[in-house]
Amino acid sequence: MHMSENANHSAAVTTLPEDWSPDIIRQQVAALQHEPGALLPILHAIQNRIGYVPEGAVPIIAEMLQQSRADIHGVISFYHHFRTRPAGSNLLEVCRAEACQARGGRAFERHVQEKLGVDYHQTTADNEFTLEPVYCLGNCACGPSIRINNETIGRMTPQKFDQLADKLTTSVLQLK
Amino acid sequence: MTITVYVPCDTTALSLGADRVAQELLNAAATLNLDIHLVRNGSRGLFWLEPLVEVQTPYGRMAYGPVEPGQVDELVAAGLFEGHPDHPLYLGDITQHPYLQQQQRLTFARIGITDPVCIEDYIAHGGFAGLKKAAALTPQGIVDEVKTSGLRGRGGAAFPAGIKWQTVLDEPHGQQKYVVCNADEGDSGTFADRLVMECDPYMLIEGMVIAGLAVGAALGFIYVRSEYLLSKNMLEEAIRRAEAQGYLGDNVCGNGRKFRLEVRLGAGAYICGEETSLLESLEGKRGLVRSKPPLPAIKGLFGQPTVVNNVLSLAAVPYIMAHGGKAYADYGMGRSLGTLPIQLAGNIKQGGLIELAFGVTLRKILEEFGGGSFSGRPMKAVQVGGPLMAYMPESQWDTPMDYEAFAALGAGIGHGGVVVFDDTVDMGEQARFAMEFCAVESCGKCTPCRIGSVRGVEVIDRIRAGENQSSNLELLEDLCETMVDGSLCAMGGMTPFPVQSVMNYFPEDLMASPRPVEA
Repeated sequence: MHMSENANHSAAVTTLPEDWSPDIIRQQVAALQHEPGALLPILHAIQNRIGYVPEGAVPIIAEMLQQSRADIHGVISFYHHFRTRPAGSNLLEVCRAEACQARGGRAFERHVQEKLGVDYHQTTADNEFTLEPVYCLGNCACGPSIRINNETIGRMTPQKFDQLADKLTTSVLQLK
Repeated sequence: MTITVYVPCDTTALSLGADRVAQELLNAAATLNLDIHLVRNGSRGLFWLEPLVEVQTPYGRMAYGPVEPGQVDELVAAGLFEGHPDHPLYLGDITQHPYLQQQQRLTFARIGITDPVCIEDYIAHGGFAGLKKAAALTPQGIVDEVKTSGLRGRGGAAFPAGIKWQTVLDEPHGQQKYVVCNADEGDSGTFADRLVMECDPYMLIEGMVIAGLAVGAALGFIYVRSEYLLSKNMLEEAIRRAEAQGYLGDNVCGNGRKFRLEVRLGAGAYICGEETSLLESLEGKRGLVRSKPPLPAIKGLFGQPTVVNNVLSLAAVPYIMAHGGKAYADYGMGRSLGTLPIQLAGNIKQGGLIELAFGVTLRKILEEFGGGSFSGRPMKAVQVGGPLMAYMPESQWDTPMDYEAFAALGAGIGHGGVVVFDDTVDMGEQARFAMEFCAVESCGKCTPCRIGSVRGVEVIDRIRAGENQSSNLELLEDLCETMVDGSLCAMGGMTPFPVQSVMNYFPEDLMASPRPVEA
């Protein structure tokens, strides 16, 4: 159960999903809060642990760092990397930058969107893929490049992508 | 007898299946009952040949590439473990490859040769020689050597590194000072910082320790972009080992001075490559750019005097200290001294890292090193220096790569990325993308950048739709001028450069309606 001891947060607690608890947030903050400029490391730690930075984490971080909620929210919303909702089973980032464009990146992006039936910043209806743009993975001599769950793959083609997408969705199904 | 086999472990090699190739080699050796020693070296930066497998023989390291997963058994059957030449992927002694032979690798002398995190390997290949010399000098002595080298900031701004260090050194002693490494390598077409961190991380550590000794800083931060997780992991492992051996910590090289290093991760914001935005981010804030002055050298991280240098600037320092500033300054031309790590990317046959003295022409890079476009079609435009720099038409390709010569054309060298486009490119779309990218990545602090970029996309759309083209072109020119003159930093101030280059050199593409993109 995710019962908060702090009365201020009890309203949020009732709707908490099962993937985090205020204690988890507190632990992550406590481990890093004495570092200089601790907020980004804290947000990374929370996202690494839970997969995203829940909105309910904001007041906890704010209180522990003695900053305003607006400060914390402002930092989370500034950086593209931080998500406030869970991603699908697979986080797919497609490079939109110039070096990949030069290798047919635009047509490849279109293919990925059509194949998955989603636009950027969206998750497929079956929750398998969240599609995000990325502006350069540093793999610029071997584009178009994607990153799937932190693994970069170069020289992508529509065929190679279809195989990968099929493999990832099939393996998940097999687990069920 | 143990056979030593090398399979690179940098992002590009991994992105092309290097881990699977390595596993297949281990499997093949096990099947044959062969004793092999698998080294995960860095990449040599010949990316069209990755994964590049090398085998140690009495005659040198014989290479095969590009080796795709699934090809190993066939290579082994052809004698890969003996370095046998009887296979189409056989490349011979890779150090004799013209792509490497024609380079002047001062900074990147070790990449691909060593195991990146093996500190003994680093030392055996000249590592820490610069630090040892620096540790015996006064701070002023170190700064003077960097001044002599003529090193200018390789991140893009090309500001003389020695002068920046002098400013921080001259700030009163006894206060906290910092060395911050800008490893937020966000420009498309660049990967040299990544190669330093993934393939030779001790070189960056060494450069930062020297910077710390020079300016009197005891703490350094490396701000690595979140897209470069592998770089972060490599650096952290290298830092741990360097601490254990006394190259970092409370008594650097036994001379009683302290220097510690910490790696910090960015969070997917291009603007954090701008030094003041980076400092805000390191302080745990939104990456809003600061007005300058005060300079970071005087009021930087947490308001303290701070050296902020790019990875490549700091990575050049160990060579400069080991061989002397004069040896470095002997390379290059005019006021662009030393070597430039050029990163050849995009639609090019032989993309990779090319370190050369300043002064080489773009055409030589594109034709002799690059071997022409990947598609085989004629090359049409080249964007040098990242998304904020001009697209250069063929008429400019004979310009020597020199900061001043490029600036005279309204172009720039930036961080040394060279992105090639063939004749299928729609330059109008590239101009639009420049504005679109700025709209996505602007920190929002100043109006010309935040609003100008959005309006820029709209105006370009109207031009391309054929709406009042001449008056909209005039408006676009005016908007570009406002952004250049009125923006707080290079993001808004330079976004117009690619747009203006399209207006000047590829107007027909800008005036034409967008070409359909088919999936």
